[in-house]
Amino acid sequence: MQEQIPILKLGKFLLVTIQVELHDQLTLRLQDDLTNMLATSGASGVLIDISALEIVDSFIGRSLAHIAAVARVMGATTVLVGMQPAVAITLVELGLSMKGMRTALNVDMGMRRLREPERQEMLHLAPDQPL
Amino acid sequence: MAAIAGIGTLLKENEPSILREWVDLQLADGSRRALLSEAEVNEQSRAFLASLSGAWQKNNDDAMSGNDWDDVRASLSELSKNRAHAGFSPSETATFVFSLKGAMFAALRRAHATDAKRLNADILLASEVLDKLGLVTVEAHQRGREQVILRQQHELLELSTPVIKLWDGIVAVPLIGTLDSERTQVVMEGLLEAIVSKEATIAIIDITGVPTVDTLVAQHLLKTVAAARLMGADCIISGIRPQIAQTIVHLGVDLGDVATKSSLADALKMALAKRGLRIGAATAAA
Repeated sequence: MQEQIPILKLGKFLLVTIQVELHDQLTLRLQDDLTNMLATSGASGVLIDISALEIVDSFIGRSLAHIAAVARVMGATTVLVGMQPAVAITLVELGLSMKGMRTALNVDMGMRRLREPERQEMLHLAPDQPL
Repeated sequence: MAAIAGIGTLLKENEPSILREWVDLQLADGSRRALLSEAEVNEQSRAFLASLSGAWQKNNDDAMSGNDWDDVRASLSELSKNRAHAGFSPSETATFVFSLKGAMFAALRRAHATDAKRLNADILLASEVLDKLGLVTVEAHQRGREQVILRQQHELLELSTPVIKLWDGIVAVPLIGTLDSERTQVVMEGLLEAIVSKEATIAIIDITGVPTVDTLVAQHLLKTVAAARLMGADCIISGIRPQIAQTIVHLGVDLGDVATKSSLADALKMALAKRGLRIGAATAAA
């Protein structure tokens, strides 16, 4: 119970770096902490860095999706960054493709995605503009 | 047991004549002549016969144990494997050992012309040993062929899944051949590794070389797309031929919101546009 995943405030975003193996209790605690932090800080974006995460199960996958959904309801965008290839394959095989979840390759790109959500959205809507 | 020692000595003494007869017997079976020259047959037979008679002289138990017999088996395995790689059939390979029987029995008959009991015992023992060696040949041949198949399978998997960097942050996988689950796995792993190492944000999957797209293949494609998206890369599927487009619609396959293009060039254009880039003429129009 002593373990805790730190949530750092970075401008108007929250940065969560998962550096330890996620077990179920820790995941539940992270969900609580993050929602509380969102409420008090009024952050507009959450960046979850899972580059150190090597093992996922369906519960952790679902929890990550759940965290993103809660954040969205609270008015913040969540970007999941740094997923390992093996983890991505596992999640897809588990049938958790996390549709609607924003993802990025690393923290740097994740930050960029958070900063320019409108432009990204626009390009998604009109990707086919003539060159 | 003394009988086997007798065979060993007999082999040694009659080596030249047995070898000649044996080689003649092998060459009489004309099917192999195209693949193996007479000199090669001669050399291989001579080496094998020398090690066989040596082993037989030293270790005279019919269990064929000991270093010398191991050497005989090893050299025979090597020979059989090489023949398997060269395209010999199992029976052609096994004939190498089995044709020795005729030559050996003839020598035994000459040596024990007066002692029928001894002749009988020796022939039985020699036959037993040669049969065992024959089994070694067949097994080695089989192993050799399996190695070839495994290597080819591996090469096929590697060959068919290159990941190409098209531009900064844009990678492409041209898929060629049928997509089964094993290949999808390899493609997926290769693509995801490339996305990480090349820091790609857009991946183009080109299916020009995929002959047919059924629901299973579509599912495999969607899995790859979903995995790439989890890594933070958007996917574009390109190379959709008219027939394939018709099949996809006909089967009711839902490609979701995955962008699709008919050619790789269109996909590249789209990818560049997503990254805010464009290709223009090098010189201004006059």
